[in-house]
Amino acid sequence: MKIMVAIKRVVDYAVKIRVKSDKARPIEHKPSSYFISKSCLSNRPVSFRFVSQSGVETQNVKMSMNPFCEIALEEALRIKEAGMASEVVAVTMGLKQCVDTLRTGLAMGADRGIHVETGGPLYPLSVAKLLRALVEVEKPGLLILGKQAIDDDCNQTGQMVAGLLNWPQGTFASKVVLDKEKQVVTVDREVDGGLETLCLDLPAVITTDLRLNQPRYATLPNIMKAKSKAIKKFSPEDLNVEIKSDIEEVQVTEPPKRKAGVILSSVDELIDKLKNEARVI
Amino acid sequence: MAGVAALRALRKRISPSFTSQIIAFTSNSRSISTLVLAEHEGGAIKPQSVSAVKAAKSLSNDNPISLLLAGSGSALHEAAANAASCDPSVSEVLVADSDEFSHPLAEPWAKLIHLVQRKGGYSHVITASGSFGKNILPRAAALLDVSPITDVIEISDPHLFVRPIYAGNALCTVRYTGAGPCLLTVRSTSFPVPSILADSKSNEAPITQVDLSTFGEDSVGKSRYVKHTSQDTERPDLGNARVVVTGGRALKSAENFKMIEKLAEKLGAAVGATRAAVDAGYVLNDLQVGQTGKIVAPELYMAFGVSGAIQHLAGMRDSKVIVAVNKDAEAPIFQVADYGLVGDIFEVIPELLEKLPETK
Repeated sequence: MKIMVAIKRVVDYAVKIRVKSDKARPIEHKPSSYFISKSCLSNRPVSFRFVSQSGVETQNVKMSMNPFCEIALEEALRIKEAGMASEVVAVTMGLKQCVDTLRTGLAMGADRGIHVETGGPLYPLSVAKLLRALVEVEKPGLLILGKQAIDDDCNQTGQMVAGLLNWPQGTFASKVVLDKEKQVVTVDREVDGGLETLCLDLPAVITTDLRLNQPRYATLPNIMKAKSKAIKKFSPEDLNVEIKSDIEEVQVTEPPKRKAGVILSSVDELIDKLKNEARVI
Repeated sequence: MAGVAALRALRKRISPSFTSQIIAFTSNSRSISTLVLAEHEGGAIKPQSVSAVKAAKSLSNDNPISLLLAGSGSALHEAAANAASCDPSVSEVLVADSDEFSHPLAEPWAKLIHLVQRKGGYSHVITASGSFGKNILPRAAALLDVSPITDVIEISDPHLFVRPIYAGNALCTVRYTGAGPCLLTVRSTSFPVPSILADSKSNEAPITQVDLSTFGEDSVGKSRYVKHTSQDTERPDLGNARVVVTGGRALKSAENFKMIEKLAEKLGAAVGATRAAVDAGYVLNDLQVGQTGKIVAPELYMAFGVSGAIQHLAGMRDSKVIVAVNKDAEAPIFQVADYGLVGDIFEVIPELLEKLPETK
């Protein structure tokens, strides 16, 4: 059985992100067929449309593999090492630079990589469609993804690709037990209020939660070895997937700042403040 | 048909580009109707689902809201009766009664949403963004070939939403431009409901059974529910608590973590934990607060021995009053705390336990 793992390149989790100050600016443009504002109904010649900037500064910022994707890859490697999978294929989508992330995955132990190169931002629906197309090419028995990317925080892709493939899904997995004989996988899921156990028929989609495992570090020899592993390139056209989006980012802003707090000197003062100033106890 | 004819007539008279604008405009202002996917437990709908109804109300003034409940047995019908009177703006309660829905498996539930949406032509489908909604809604969106929008915290207009990205360090306004239905999960702490609903019994929405005769078998049976493990607790639910007391790595052991629980008991609060505390095994994972755990916004959030990593702040930064106790004066948690106390938690917590007034 082959396992396919989807990985994403994101701003490193420890980086304090910076929202660009040019977050949104109105530009003049001709009324287009898909956007119409009140001003153009009142016969004014131009309308304003907010165009999105990329929102968050990603130039010269440390990028890494999304932490949940590392966990997904680690799990695939463990299944392979337990003799229950023949091959682990790591897949990534996006800009040219995503190849670096893919190399990291290969250095961790993935057998080969696939990069679907796209120019612009991808939303989960497009990623799910590209993944479905790749599943049809590669025919894996298991598709593992992280439960969410820490940049867009969407938590959608795994569920969407499962829906498109009509495969069962085991999301937010904290334990995965594969039974090769019966062709089923048992998944413990982290849900509100505890843990839930499901049994899924293969092929299936699994998305990983933090507690599934502790990802390994790539050692230097493995990093060297990864340089010679194959990375296959696809374009969305090769896979017959049209990249279009039905959502548009209008602007990205900083969240409201909290007003500065005070440092108190004693428990008595704290209780007093909570009682008489904040009135919360 | 009349609309089509009118458009045809218009098209003859005016330029093609203007016609396309009219089409765009009519599709933009198309009538709003919302399907809210509700969770229920013990014969009542969950508070998070009532928040989802509140979010649905803020889409538009003229917005018929249908509540969809699925499950099996008498608890479902009890919950349906409860749902019918949970909010005066609910115009209809749809009930899908089948053994396939006795557990929240994504495969049948996503199909159910697909079926009900297709039949009802709803412009919006909303659910609370708990583990239930996040599991099911994106799958339903894929079946409908639309992009869902996760964790909405503000609804600006029926197609314009605000959601946090990068662990809440940026807010992104997104416009839904698709022609299909708009699928949202909403953050329930951003759409709070008053704890006592005024005179709700006066309005009882009709309850209708969903026709499941066209509900195929193909996606069902590929996954099976095995069991659910939960920690029985009498404390309030973390997501809805008025006060949350959280412990971090500094508690050092599960034994010491009991101090946090004792303090929570005294305050009538829910207990939260950081990832470090959960990973170290002090408490179960469902108490984790943060980007990947629960998002809370209580009136009072008290953090003991919590450093304040980005990922933790993501889950509690919208709390009204934040108290931090940490012996490291440089800890980032003090940057968001309204009241900070630099000190040893092993001295502060017992002192608090002793001096805090008794709450009923």
